[in-house]
Amino acid sequence: MTSTPIKQAVRVTVNGTPYSAEVPTYRTLVDFLRYDLGLTGTKETCSVGVCGACTVMLDGKMVSSCLTLAVRVNDAEIQTIEGVANGDELHPVQQAFIDNGGFQCGACTPGQIMAAKALLEENSHPSEDEIKQFMMGNLCRCTGYYQIIDSIKAAAEQM
Amino acid sequence: MNDFAFHAPGSMKEAVELLSQYDGDARVMSGGTALMLLLKQSLVNPDHIISLHRVPDARSIEVTDGVLHIGGLVTQREVELSPVVQKAAPLLANAYSRVATVRIRNAATVGGGLAQADPAMDPPSSLLILNASVKVTSATSERMVPIADWYSDYYETTINEDEIVTELLVPIQPSDMAWTYIKYLPRTEDDYATVSVAAMGKAENGKISEVRVGLGAVSSTALRATGLENALQGAEVSLDVLRDASQAIAEIVDPTSDPRGSADYKRDMSVVFARRALQKVLGVKD
Repeated sequence: MTSTPIKQAVRVTVNGTPYSAEVPTYRTLVDFLRYDLGLTGTKETCSVGVCGACTVMLDGKMVSSCLTLAVRVNDAEIQTIEGVANGDELHPVQQAFIDNGGFQCGACTPGQIMAAKALLEENSHPSEDEIKQFMMGNLCRCTGYYQIIDSIKAAAEQM
Repeated sequence: MNDFAFHAPGSMKEAVELLSQYDGDARVMSGGTALMLLLKQSLVNPDHIISLHRVPDARSIEVTDGVLHIGGLVTQREVELSPVVQKAAPLLANAYSRVATVRIRNAATVGGGLAQADPAMDPPSSLLILNASVKVTSATSERMVPIADWYSDYYETTINEDEIVTELLVPIQPSDMAWTYIKYLPRTEDDYATVSVAAMGKAENGKISEVRVGLGAVSSTALRATGLENALQGAEVSLDVLRDASQAIAEIVDPTSDPRGSADYKRDMSVVFARRALQKVLGVKD
């Protein structure tokens, strides 16, 4: 790496708030969110797009923020876990994860909730098989998968 | 990751011009799901990255004159969900639906996958047996490459450094042939396969009129088993015939040992999964 990295401007809307920053071109979106914007809800665990912990919405589509460059989201809209609740009122998916024990250690939870929300936005009443297919990209190393599935079913009833 | 200049051209024309201008010092990024991994490991260290995310071209899916045209920047998720693809080439829609996870398919593009050319990817075996072609575009030319001439080695294709994949062309899948895509996944559903097999077939009066077989993950490129296809033409539809003929697969695969199986095991499983795929498309029970 050179001593003075090449930087580029990023103007992006995150959870409805506009931000602008100069970032090194190699900065990933997850690092940008966490270290430049202080939005630490999004987690990085595998760094290779497999685990789903860093899932965010990029212009309405669920992506891995560890495989996305920050400079790529210039002029885009991002939603992270911090933007899911409506003020103090939790999103039905968040409430369902609490009510159904949909998390244990919590490291995968922001990604699980982002993915579950993306699933319910395109399929409001998924079958158990559809939930498993869609959610297979979000790993839970506490292996609390059944409670996650229960949470998603419960959220579907509320939405 | 090393330092690079990041370019976001607003058209394919501008993108290929930049690629030509940086002459070997640039890498093209579409979804980024594969290139980001190479960058993170410093396996590629370009001075310039040309991102195609703002390019409006090469994003359509349509059928004209019996050929399905899929733009190079169409995402793999869009292929999977496209009613046009599902109708014109159901095998292809299925193969793309089996790639990694929804989150990856949301970003990964058809052109990016073709250029990445990992032999363990899902679509190549289907593309081979559907007789697809790849359209590549540079600042000065455009050419079509038959899929049989596309993949050349591990992560290598016959694309030139100044070219971008702009379209995938697939003749409409024959509706009178049964099809399947099966993969052997000993670890997780989203993992690369130990072996994957795409097959199409039809039979008449107990004789095989045509079969096509493609294999993934068991050689430096996806393979088409043309020897097996020819040997089975006109043969009797029976388990014994398929079992004997499938042995030929062991001679054409060249797998490597990895956590998904030893080379010997993968060779054996290639034979088994090719036979199972043939049984499926020819309706032969165990």
